[in-house]
Amino acid sequence: MYALSEGAIPVVDPTAADGVFSLLWLVIALPLAGAAILLIGGRYTDKWGHYLATLLPIGSFVISLVLFISLLGREDGDRQVSQHLYDWIQVGHLDVGADLLYDPLSSLFLLLITGVGSLIHVYSIGYMAHDPRRRRFFGYLNLFVAAMLTLVLAENYLGLFLGWEGVGLASYLLIGFWQHKPSAAAAAKKAFVINRVGDIGMSLAIMLFFITFGSTSFTVISHAAGGATDTTMTILGLLLLLGACGKSAQFPLQAWLLDAMEGPTPVSALIHAATMVTAGVYLIVRSNFVFDLAPHAQTAVVVVAVITLLYGAIIGCAKDDIKKVLAGSTMSQIGYMMLAAGLGPAGYAFAIFHLLTHGFFKANMFLGAGSVMHGMNDDVDMRHYGGLRKLMPVTFLTFTMGYLAIIGFPGFSGFWSKDKIIETALADNWIVGLCALLGAGITGFYMTRLMLMTFFTEKRWEKGVHPHESPSVMTVPLMVLAALSLLGGLFLLNDFIQEFLAPVVGAVPHEDPPIPALGVTLLAVVVVAVGVAAAWFLIGKRDVPRTAPQDVSFVTRAGREELYGNQVNDVLVVNPSRRLTTGILAVDKYAVDGTLTGGPVAIGAVAMVARRVQNGYVRSYALSLLVGGLIVVLALLAVNLA
Amino acid sequence: MSVTPYIVLSAILFTIGCVGVLTRRNAIVVFMCVELMLNASNLALVAFARQHGDLDGQIAAFFVMVVAAAEVVVGLAIIMTIFRTRRSASVDDASLLKY
Repeated sequence: MYALSEGAIPVVDPTAADGVFSLLWLVIALPLAGAAILLIGGRYTDKWGHYLATLLPIGSFVISLVLFISLLGREDGDRQVSQHLYDWIQVGHLDVGADLLYDPLSSLFLLLITGVGSLIHVYSIGYMAHDPRRRRFFGYLNLFVAAMLTLVLAENYLGLFLGWEGVGLASYLLIGFWQHKPSAAAAAKKAFVINRVGDIGMSLAIMLFFITFGSTSFTVISHAAGGATDTTMTILGLLLLLGACGKSAQFPLQAWLLDAMEGPTPVSALIHAATMVTAGVYLIVRSNFVFDLAPHAQTAVVVVAVITLLYGAIIGCAKDDIKKVLAGSTMSQIGYMMLAAGLGPAGYAFAIFHLLTHGFFKANMFLGAGSVMHGMNDDVDMRHYGGLRKLMPVTFLTFTMGYLAIIGFPGFSGFWSKDKIIETALADNWIVGLCALLGAGITGFYMTRLMLMTFFTEKRWEKGVHPHESPSVMTVPLMVLAALSLLGGLFLLNDFIQEFLAPVVGAVPHEDPPIPALGVTLLAVVVVAVGVAAAWFLIGKRDVPRTAPQDVSFVTRAGREELYGNQVNDVLVVNPSRRLTTGILAVDKYAVDGTLTGGPVAIGAVAMVARRVQNGYVRSYALSLLVGGLIVVLALLAVNLA
Repeated sequence: MSVTPYIVLSAILFTIGCVGVLTRRNAIVVFMCVELMLNASNLALVAFARQHGDLDGQIAAFFVMVVAAAEVVVGLAIIMTIFRTRRSASVDDASLLKY
């Protein structure tokens, strides 16, 4: 057990990297080099680029694994390593180094990003085989992996922000990858703009960190955090939460995630399920030294998380697009992680635990959905699926593993992680806990609905569609992820994850829960069973119509419209901004341009009249000469005589 | 000796030249009228020099003669060119350079 006393806030106090840890920079450098080679090398790399782009993240994964094992070999208190690469920004009092921090938290993220990332690269070799812009796709994927690794390895908020913006860029490029589709281009723009809203929070937080502590380094801030006022800490917490909401698609900045499904499916799996959207959770857990001192900000995190986890779950129930159901479920599951992160030291470790298991099973299911789409001519409407379990046995079996994990079937990874969150939430506040339980029930409902509509029930295929199993380059990653979905719960063995993360996030306080843990577990299983049963009776026992019925309840209609999130945005933000720009444009056109061009136009009009004087007749010029001379003479006479 | 008659003659010549420039269309005639005005002013200059008893006005008159000679050379050449291209020496026909 780590020696830190309960309730004390841990500080970041790394030792300089030596030995195997000096390889840390390579973890980022490998995929970054891949992106550079593929994007700069152009069509010369068309033939072999995707293999290189797949090998490099695998290389990063191997290094991450070696580092992880070396870290496990160290003492508990000695598991924070930093590597100074070079001086990055030195202006006045601002001194930011390009420093990397490797500790238990980043080590887990490294394994998740490079591990799941590599699997998705392998899968993409099959999925994108016939895309004419395949090289570019792999270049962007590598860029994303490099940026995400920068995000989790940076030792200061500015470095984190660099990676933060990097993943935002990669996400934009990949959502809009099929740029010939206007919907994809619009979705990419939407994601980018909404993310900017969150980035305002991030950049303000960084500035406030610098003003308050004179540094953006985790080491400095965590040591000095106790000295700042409560108000400052609360503001910092809220600003970081705003940033996290943007990146993690939490309410009220959730609207971009469902549209982001316009991107190729591996992108949805890698970026919009397993890694990038979890950056917000990472940010909050990493900033535990801020949130532990800002209880109000923690409350805000919990409120946002609870709203989002129900919001996403309701959307998941109503959508017919398989990827959008999964996207809604991603929102909901990240809500669970945020909820745990908002509960302080009691929840941080479980937030990361759920993040890891979710990374496995959600990547598994997204790739499974991609495999289904691959066999169904890229149709995403579940109402056109049905009965696929016999034709796609591997996809079906691996997807089932993910399904059992996400609903929390006892023994599967999601069961352990979600159960822990519900347990912690119930111990903290029974309303929050009940909402989390309810969310678990709804999860059971919509995931069962997805399973039934896709793999069971009668065939509802479009004409000319011949479903077939995907090639093994796609199914092997699915099998690996399915195994991880099943076994991800092992992290919890012997309280490993809590104790492993304790040096970073603090020890989990030992309190006697109001309801015994076993009771909570049973309750959760019963609630999920009710959800599954409801789906069975409402969908499995009836015929599924091929087109979505229109005479549905208000709730379903609202769910199909994503609970009117887009409409609210339109009314509150988009339309007022449009009107504002139209107004400014009018002012610019009529007031500013009018003044500036009005003068020359008036002069021009006068000149049009005055130029008639130049009639080309010598006589008239001579006459005006004479008149002028006369006037001069008369004037002289008048002056002299006066 | 009074210079008044010379001044009067100068004024009359100047007026004749002036009216000629303004009313005649033949470029040669207009040109001759300009010469007439120059010579009228020469006469006035010489007359006033006589009255003042110094040489300033006479020197000025010489300058005017030199300028007039140069002007005749250039002016006649222009008129010749216009006549050759347009078959007309009327100043009203040469009115292309306008608004």
